[in-house]
Amino acid sequence: MSTYLDLSSDPALIGGFSPSSGRYHFPLATVCPYTGADDVEEVRLSATGRLWAWTAVTAAPPGYEGPIPYGFGIVELEAEGLRIVTRLTEPDPSRLEAGQPMRLVADHLPGDLVAWSFAPEEASFATETSS
Amino acid sequence: MTAVEIAGVGLHPFGRFEDQTATSMGVTALRAALDDAGWSIDDARRRVGAAFCATAYGGVAAGHRVLGGLALTGIPIVDVEAGCASGGAALSLAAGTIASGQHDAAIVVGIEKMPKGIIRSSFFAPWQEQSGLAATPAYFALRAQRTMHDHGLTKDDLAALVVKNRGWGELNPNAMFRSAVTAEQVLGSRLVCEPLHLWMLCSPNEGAAAVLLRRAEGGSGAVQLAAVALRSHLPGHVLDESTPMAGLIDDGDITPPTTLAVRDAYEQAGVGPDDVDVAECQDTDAARELLTWSELGLCAAGDQRSMLHGDRGQVVNRSGGLLSKGEPLGASALGQVVELVGQLRGTAGARQVDGARVGLAHTIGRGANASVTILRR
Repeated sequence: MSTYLDLSSDPALIGGFSPSSGRYHFPLATVCPYTGADDVEEVRLSATGRLWAWTAVTAAPPGYEGPIPYGFGIVELEAEGLRIVTRLTEPDPSRLEAGQPMRLVADHLPGDLVAWSFAPEEASFATETSS
Repeated sequence: MTAVEIAGVGLHPFGRFEDQTATSMGVTALRAALDDAGWSIDDARRRVGAAFCATAYGGVAAGHRVLGGLALTGIPIVDVEAGCASGGAALSLAAGTIASGQHDAAIVVGIEKMPKGIIRSSFFAPWQEQSGLAATPAYFALRAQRTMHDHGLTKDDLAALVVKNRGWGELNPNAMFRSAVTAEQVLGSRLVCEPLHLWMLCSPNEGAAAVLLRRAEGGSGAVQLAAVALRSHLPGHVLDESTPMAGLIDDGDITPPTTLAVRDAYEQAGVGPDDVDVAECQDTDAARELLTWSELGLCAAGDQRSMLHGDRGQVVNRSGGLLSKGEPLGASALGQVVELVGQLRGTAGARQVDGARVGLAHTIGRGANASVTILRR
């Protein structure tokens, strides 16, 4: 997982950027997946984004030994123009809404596996639930 | 290019068959296709130049086992895997050998005997499985949520789609689920991944289908293979069937593989979406079929609800679709061809679309791969 997630300081996803195509990608690839440009630079992606799609997984998929249910969705990183497929810390879809601010967290799973996940930003969540 | 026609089709029902192997089901389907063509095994030995076997789980030399079961080895036999589009890919390769003048006839057979539950394959890496990222229905659910959002659809529309397909499935003796359902029952079935309930998802299962192609014989009256196209995805769509870990926010200009394939097919056949009288399309889940309608041009984006509740929606998946038949990966695309050949011959019985002359079959799945076949009579 170290190829996907940098845990040396605050967690960050490791992606790529091609100056000639102007596009970011994830996970890090040897060439730009959109243009084939051969000038990819390794970058740390933004740790904050907005929720674009979400659901919950209610039965363990093949090879998975972590908690059930778990949240699953897509978060938009506007700065990089990317949509990231991710686990979500919130397993109840009714507690999430489109566009809400999310923050990257490290998710510790069985077998010393650290997956990436996104959690609702606490401040914004408190604001939404009180309104 | 030499024109290609359908000499015969055959099917082994789709479902669960403890006493059958993938090979034995394939032999049954192929034998039925030869019988349908009126060809003896001797005829096939003389005329068939190549065979293509569509399967994802059949293992090494799956096609050789099927062809060997009818003493038809000696010719080139090639197994073809292209996810849910495997049958379309095999059909495309076989048609090419005839269109190019290489062979006079070719066999296409699709076989599958799948494990129960969520499809497990080597598609995902072990770390993705361990991270819970191999949750296939969850990807379908995310696409369903976005499809509902972008096309103005509700869970009631998804349920209505299931009611439509299961209603036709009740009339198909080769389907796995042969009972009509109500919207209340669909919405009351177990929630798998919001918004998708169990009955909105197709079931992996078992079955086989076979198509015998030959060089067109003018005036034979046979169903013509007007087009067959196979395409893969362009990168950037986070929710396409290539199941990437990321995609672009700015994805509006990325043409989906289904649209790439159908454009090729319409051009080859010289028809457009309004000419399609009857269609079989990929209903992996209820929202997938509705999204596919717009990707095929059968309706405009956002017009799915009116098509669903009108007559036009009823000409799609007269077989009952995968929601009724289940999905044996290698056989499913060829099963669609078997259904359409019946429709164009006017022998589809209670499921018949009256006067159907142009039929379209579509699959989309892992890869991503999309196939579109157009038949005409």
